[in-house]
Amino acid sequence: MFIAAALIILSGAMGVIVARNPVHSALFLVQTLFGVAALFVLQEAHFLAAVQVIVYAGAIVILFLFVIMLLGVDKVEDLNVEPIAGQRPLAVVIGAAGIGLMLTVLVIATDVISGAHSSTGPLGESDIDEIAKSIFGDYVFAFQLTGVLLTIAVVGAVVLARRAATDPEPIPESAYDELVAAQIAARESTLTAEGGDGTAQDGEETTDDGEDSADDGEAET
Amino acid sequence: MSVFAVDPLLAGEVGLEVLAVVLFKVLVVFVLLIVSVMLMIWAERKIISDMQNRIGPTRAGPWGILQTLADGLKLIFKEDLIPDNANRTVFKLAPLLTLVPAFLTFSIIPLGGDFTDKDGVISLFGNDTYLQLADPPIGLLLFLAMSSVAVYGIMLAGWSSGSKYPLLGSVRATSQMISYEAALGLTVAAVFLQSGSFSTHTIVSEQSVWQWNMWFTGFVPMAIFMIAATAELNRPPFDLVEAEQELVGGFHTEYSSIRFALFYLAEFMNTITISAIVVTIFLGGPNGPIFIDAVAWLWPILWFTVKLFALLFTFIWMRATLPRFRYDQLMDLGWKVLTPVALGWLLFLGARDVANDRGWNPVLVVGVAVTAFAVFGALLLRAVRMGKQVRELEEMRG
Repeated sequence: MFIAAALIILSGAMGVIVARNPVHSALFLVQTLFGVAALFVLQEAHFLAAVQVIVYAGAIVILFLFVIMLLGVDKVEDLNVEPIAGQRPLAVVIGAAGIGLMLTVLVIATDVISGAHSSTGPLGESDIDEIAKSIFGDYVFAFQLTGVLLTIAVVGAVVLARRAATDPEPIPESAYDELVAAQIAARESTLTAEGGDGTAQDGEETTDDGEDSADDGEAET
Repeated sequence: MSVFAVDPLLAGEVGLEVLAVVLFKVLVVFVLLIVSVMLMIWAERKIISDMQNRIGPTRAGPWGILQTLADGLKLIFKEDLIPDNANRTVFKLAPLLTLVPAFLTFSIIPLGGDFTDKDGVISLFGNDTYLQLADPPIGLLLFLAMSSVAVYGIMLAGWSSGSKYPLLGSVRATSQMISYEAALGLTVAAVFLQSGSFSTHTIVSEQSVWQWNMWFTGFVPMAIFMIAATAELNRPPFDLVEAEQELVGGFHTEYSSIRFALFYLAEFMNTITISAIVVTIFLGGPNGPIFIDAVAWLWPILWFTVKLFALLFTFIWMRATLPRFRYDQLMDLGWKVLTPVALGWLLFLGARDVANDRGWNPVLVVGVAVTAFAVFGALLLRAVRMGKQVRELEEMRG
């Protein structure tokens, strides 16, 4: 069962890197996380396995996918463009260093790593009890600090996302372009077909748009 | 042993006979779920027709009871289309991702067994066992995990279709399901706190006493759970995910043939499973008075079925009665009402447990809790109202 879980994890991890489509990468990540959950079950940490699935697969990767879909970056990327100069050679060096480090540890510590469980004693009543005791007993201060940190993060996100009530939000460049385009189109339509209710309304809209865009121009300059 | 927890069937040596019993249970649960989905779809169509002054399906079988079978056969023989723009692998994977969790969750429901005297143990072909497929130590967490996996099915279905409306539908579905999972998880946590266990079996036996935790989980958490579950199931009045007027068919617009049927099946299967979970964690599962001793084994199953039917009828009733929510109303309800109330109730239950441990005056504890509720509720209400005013002001300014 360990081998099966390891295979799931490793193939998932490879998939995350190899897949060209970000959504596929995210799905492989889910596969890896499920493999880790299986490892937890193997260690009789059922609660951790469930939490692994609920939190990581159920919330975090969903958010990844959500962002990928909403930002529309779910296209296959052009790999010829290097976003940050010197990033790739550096990645090769650091990756090689990491593998080297792990191999060294493996070679040096052959007598220590045997695959056996490090603690073979019974876990007490259940893993939930043990986790609760250490989180809410021994490490309660760290736990509460983490809680405060998360609260600050949430409040910060809300403050950043919220529009200030006093100064109006500047309209983005694209919206400005669209306004100009709409204005030109509307003016053309009034020029070609004069008279009639519909075109008269178009004309009114044109003037409105014109004012808006003029304001924007002032605000930007 | 540990993976399969405490079912007496698996406690000793696992022989061929035990394996046969387990396989039999798997088969029974599978067939039961499929058949009840069939009947559920028929019942839903019939009851809604009745409420809308129509007749509903009448042709296939007596009272049209075989209508679902006919529909299913028709769907299987239809052409299976995959859109050109679709991401083929994911497109094929998505319906399965919704279907499998629906099956898995049902395996932790105790379907019968006398919990008052015999701790839910029944005898099946000479082997003592629980009348539930699995009783893992994580119990209801499996339900939460599976409901978060089911989100993937819907999300990927919409994305992989390679088309606008399904994508919008799935984005809606995902944010809706994530939002309501918070309230759902908190109410389930209240149940955990009350019964002191994750295992569905223990939760049911905790409720076998006369007042079955009614005061502490029966009203507030159950109401929140029902509402959140309806949203989680994307059933009306929370079916913005497939709002026909806005999104054609929602996330499954591009699906046809058997793949569409799988989505449909999973949706109704989830409805049945969630109702069964409500019965298990709030309504005492198969608990109930046993009248005729000769058929004592039948009564718990009967009670379970009756409770399940009552809940399913409520779901259908809600569908026929309530108009669809607007999207911002949906989010407001989830985040500004259900989640805070569920959290507050959880805190109250926790305070009560601590008070019991320390021997504090219960009246004083309840009084303080009510005051705290009132103060924080008022603050929250004020904050929401202020936010709304600011928003309206900004909209007026343009």
